Amino acid sequence: MSIKCEIVSQDRKVWEGEADMVVVPGKSGEMGILENHAPLLSTLRPGYIKVVHGKDEEIFTVTGGVVEVLPDKVTILADASERVDEIDIKRAEEARKRAEELLKQTPPSTAEHLAAQAALMRAKLRLEAVQRFRRGKRHPQVQSGTSEESGE
Amino acid sequence: MATAREVKLRIRSVKNIAQITRALQAVSASKVQRAIAQVEATRPYATKAWEVLTHLATQPGREHMHPLMTRRAEVKNILVALITSDRGLAGPYNTNVLRFTLKRFADSPVPVHYVTIGKKGREVLHRRGKHIIADFSGIPDRPKFGDVSHIGRLLVEEFLEGRADEIYLIYTDFINMLRQNPTAKKLLPLEVDSGEQRVQQFATSKRVIPAYIYEPSDQEILDVIVPRFTELQVYHAVLESQASEHAARMVAMKNATDNATELADALQLEYNKARQASITREMLDIAGGAEAMAQAMAEKARKAAAKAAEG
Repeated sequence: MSIKCEIVSQDRKVWEGEADMVVVPGKSGEMGILENHAPLLSTLRPGYIKVVHGKDEEIFTVTGGVVEVLPDKVTILADASERVDEIDIKRAEEARKRAEELLKQTPPSTAEHLAAQAALMRAKLRLEAVQRFRRGKRHPQVQSGTSEESGE
Repeated sequence: MATAREVKLRIRSVKNIAQITRALQAVSASKVQRAIAQVEATRPYATKAWEVLTHLATQPGREHMHPLMTRRAEVKNILVALITSDRGLAGPYNTNVLRFTLKRFADSPVPVHYVTIGKKGREVLHRRGKHIIADFSGIPDRPKFGDVSHIGRLLVEEFLEGRADEIYLIYTDFINMLRQNPTAKKLLPLEVDSGEQRVQQFATSKRVIPAYIYEPSDQEILDVIVPRFTELQVYHAVLESQASEHAARMVAMKNATDNATELADALQLEYNKARQASITREMLDIAGGAEAMAQAMAEKARKAAAKAAEG
């Protein structure tokens, strides 16, 4: 029993394959999608997509978008999506620092301030994804390196 | 006629030009390939988004569409987003798209405003006294979606605020290495049932879609998809235009290289002639000199002989 899954963002196809279950962060809550799900269209909020296939599990970050569910297929139109293994920790960390700087400098509720907030949210999402989900990398070093952010 | 030395200098400079244009040609050739690959990469999202969109829009019982899909009864202002290149030396690329634009909106009954993407377009429109409301020159090579998404956002805003009732996107469609066509596309209001071939393409290949569950609501889903789709169309047009620009530049540079090579060949002939002429001249000089010497010697000998005979 499996369902086809496709994750695409505007400038690339992020992933495509078979899955037993796809978990997406729907606007009104997490949804686990199995085969023969009723046709559904939902917007997504920032979070993680989990694709389960047998014993394997793939995790992707997503910053928003739309998911289309058909009985045999799940299509995710993501604003931006990255596989956890693809995430560049250093870049995410830099992005977080930059966003935090910007937040301090810009007056609240201006366009720049909101943009910085969104950027900070994305950076944190990626860092947290690495910390929580990256396989075989749960060394104490990584844990301690990113544990400061988990307290937010 | 130029001296051999002058001709030689010219040959060298022409050959240098050929070398530069040949290098530019090679660079453009590889850039075309990259741009095409990027265009391809946008296809999955565009196809899917369009599919969902047409589905939502053709749903029975939908009286009011999304504001971005609503046609205005009266068109008072037109906004045109024009994509050109930042740099020249691209053959007829910029001229073509600019001429196309100016002709297309030459006798528009309502005011036309412009958003320029690319320095060349901005310069020409500015000279012609057109009204430019924004300029987005300096788009990097190999742009990411994030590099151009703000253009789409601006256009959407202009439309929603009522400052523009119709928005057109003018870009150069890449057909192949030798053909690029200036194209005008109506960006907003987004027309799902317009006679675009994409609709037919989906209509023929489409399974019957069952009624969806919408979460939270179909309106909110449209709110996410429609602006994204608009931004994506702009991104797509930028990539197409870049592919066209590089292809046009490649062809222009190839012509320049061919011309330079031809010119160098012609100059080489001239150089050979000039060299031969100077050699002939020297030979004549030497021969003439030798002859004179020989005559002088003979004279001397004759005089000496005459003297001896007298004595």
